[in-house]
Amino acid sequence: MDKILLEIKNVSKSFPGVKALDGVSVNLRAGTIHSLMGENGAGKSTLMKCLFGIYHEDSGEFFLEGKKVRFSNPKQALERGISMVHQELNQVHTRSVMENIWLGRFPLGITGVDHKKMYRDTKAIFDDLNISIDPKSIISTLSVSQRQMVEIAKAVSFSSKIIVFDEPTSSLSNVEVEHLFRIIYDLRDRGCAIVYISHRMNEILQISDEVTVLRDGKLVATTPATELTTDKIITQMVGRELSNVYPPKNNIPSKVILKVEELTALYQNLRDVSFELRSGEILGVAGLVGAGRTEMLETIFGLATRKSGKIIKNGRAIRNKNSRQAKRNGFAILTEERRTTGIFGVLNIRENTTIANIKNYLVKKIYLSNRKMSADTKWSIDKFRVKTHSQSAKINTLSGGNQQKVIIGRWVLTNPDIYLFDEPTRGIDVGAKYEIYQLMLDLAGDGKAIIMVSSELPELLGVCDRILVMSNGYLSGTVDAKNTSQEEIMLLAAKHV
Amino acid sequence: MEKKAFLSGFIGRRWQEYTALDGRGKAMWWRDFFIRNAIYIIIIVLVIYVQHFSIVNNFANRFISFGSMIDIINRSSASLFLALGVGGIIVLTGTDLSAGRVMGLAACVAASLLQNPVDIFPAKMFPNLTAPPIILVMLFVMVIGGIFGLFNGYFVAKFKLHPFIVTLSTMIIVNGIVLWYVGLNGGSPIAGLMPEYGQFVRGTVTIAGTPVPFFVFYAIIATAIMWFIWNKTTLGKNMYAVGANAEAANVSGISVKMTTILIFMIGGILYGFSGFVEAARIGSNSATTGFMSELDAIAACVIGGVSFTGGVGKIRGIVTGVILLQIIAVALQWLGVSSDVRLIITGGIILAAVSLDMQKYLAKK
Repeated sequence: MDKILLEIKNVSKSFPGVKALDGVSVNLRAGTIHSLMGENGAGKSTLMKCLFGIYHEDSGEFFLEGKKVRFSNPKQALERGISMVHQELNQVHTRSVMENIWLGRFPLGITGVDHKKMYRDTKAIFDDLNISIDPKSIISTLSVSQRQMVEIAKAVSFSSKIIVFDEPTSSLSNVEVEHLFRIIYDLRDRGCAIVYISHRMNEILQISDEVTVLRDGKLVATTPATELTTDKIITQMVGRELSNVYPPKNNIPSKVILKVEELTALYQNLRDVSFELRSGEILGVAGLVGAGRTEMLETIFGLATRKSGKIIKNGRAIRNKNSRQAKRNGFAILTEERRTTGIFGVLNIRENTTIANIKNYLVKKIYLSNRKMSADTKWSIDKFRVKTHSQSAKINTLSGGNQQKVIIGRWVLTNPDIYLFDEPTRGIDVGAKYEIYQLMLDLAGDGKAIIMVSSELPELLGVCDRILVMSNGYLSGTVDAKNTSQEEIMLLAAKHV
Repeated sequence: MEKKAFLSGFIGRRWQEYTALDGRGKAMWWRDFFIRNAIYIIIIVLVIYVQHFSIVNNFANRFISFGSMIDIINRSSASLFLALGVGGIIVLTGTDLSAGRVMGLAACVAASLLQNPVDIFPAKMFPNLTAPPIILVMLFVMVIGGIFGLFNGYFVAKFKLHPFIVTLSTMIIVNGIVLWYVGLNGGSPIAGLMPEYGQFVRGTVTIAGTPVPFFVFYAIIATAIMWFIWNKTTLGKNMYAVGANAEAANVSGISVKMTTILIFMIGGILYGFSGFVEAARIGSNSATTGFMSELDAIAACVIGGVSFTGGVGKIRGIVTGVILLQIIAVALQWLGVSSDVRLIITGGIILAAVSLDMQKYLAKK
């Protein structure tokens, strides 16, 4: 228990203008789960990147089992038994599971790659870890959680002693999280040291042995998990008391603005969904992964093809055949995958902010006014407190929370009355989450209607008025956020599975 | 006055920053400096070398002279239209291999319609044709170019094909059309153009004692129009957005299809105009007019920082790229390098320049 596997000693790293890490020291013990916490930009990823040789630390040292090590790339680290399961899985989508696991070190036989051995070895690891995936299936056909399992199996195949998990649960359902945890416990019991990076307090408290909190590149404390509570972690992370995780609710739902009747998608799993949405209401949508929540939002917004059903806004049936019609009809959408469908990474904040509303900046319908665009961007930056030094900064350089605020600003500028928010706080730190909640409540307070999909039940209970629960493409129930429990929602979510 | 103070303040601050660096930091600064300006440094070295060469060998003119500058500007102007057209398509993460062939077709069509009626030799393609107004022919070949652009854009947008495949097919198709068209003339070059047509393109205005041909002004106008489209219209903004992230663009309510088709069409129109200019500029047109010139255009865009990964690129960059490519070509001519060796060196320089230039876009780790 007390054997130190990896000692991180006084590591510092600077980027132009920022001290990303400032003399951070952490000890990882064999057979323990060590959580790493901190707001976005606190230095968690930088520390891990220094360990894996992706960045080179300015000063400081790493000792693996007492010996000084310095890796110049992740492959070297892997060979010494340190592996990482990334938040964004780096896998070759078009190839099979086993090829992904043995990539770069295929077992060779007389006639080239020995596929039989590869299959046997993969199967052995899967059986050992209780993973039921066919080693021959193609990565792109697997779910996110299955792909994560593959990644874990890969780490095990290197007989890793230290495994880093970077936000592994951010896109998993509760059942899948439980499975993941069982595997993590198993690895711990075999004497591995686990580094667990997550924003989810409950998980951290549930599985950690020790919790290290970073803030602004500095080590705040390493504390045994038994001595911690959510409040204590938050205090350590933000350096101030956050009295409430959720802002006070001050929105009042009024008249019905949107009626959805028996909505069914053509190509996706969404069947006969009917509900009403009121102005000034925040309507939550709960459900397991694959329950059809995203599909519902996308079908309403015209990104997915509707097979049948009606969308009635203010008593008038509307088509919303594509995103342009939806925008014209006063809808806005914040997609689940910020990177792939939200931001324009190489463009700057001004371009990212004004793009959905671009026609309104035309002067005499001919040319665009830079002055108007800058003014609106400034408004959005100020209003939503986007942390940036300039409108011309590329959106890629912002943290996840700030990117999210820019996208919300983009839609607010189009002045819609129905907002569809899909996992608006995914991968965002506590402070920024609070700001996003506040922002949603403000919008609702102004009489806007919001549908919010989330996998975090406490968040739905804390922010929403009513919650729709979806299960396998059906709407399995609607609950009042004030008089319900996580148990009731989970029960409904499992209804049609 | 205020601006001057700002400028000296800016430089002063930079200088202070620089002197504050330690030895390693200074080395890094210089490394960054060279990488950021790699292309310009290569060109400056080349220019100085050729200048030196022209002095040592006692050429009648020096390389750095008004005359060679005008020469470079003329040549750049001629190849600019194609680059401006391809540039937008590259911003959309695409490419256009059909550009040179469409330009060739436009050149042959324009030339065949505007042959001199009084010439007996060479043989006229349409002996009984009364030459239509030059402007009409110009518009006609621009429409031809636009139609092929529309064709490309439609297949790319509608069937989600990679532009490489679509434009490769178009290139082959248009090549066939060009060969057929030139074949109508018995395979002999389409030459003997109306003097008015030549005048329209090659006629000159004398500026500071040097004749500057009209097509240089057309190039300036085309550049201005394209700058306007890219920076001041919704189409331009949508183009960057689609190039940067087509899915996010669709979510934001941009018609990815329409944007793609329009950008391809604008490209095509420019190829058409380019053919119109080229026909009069070279005077004698055949199936080889414009052959492979799309590759020069793509190279110029890439040298100018238009990124193949999409969403990045500026008109300024394209103009710079075209000019740099021409400086290389003219410099090598001055050195008396034979045309085959010239190709080898040009390829090498493009590769070196772009590799170095790419460093500044790679994330620093």
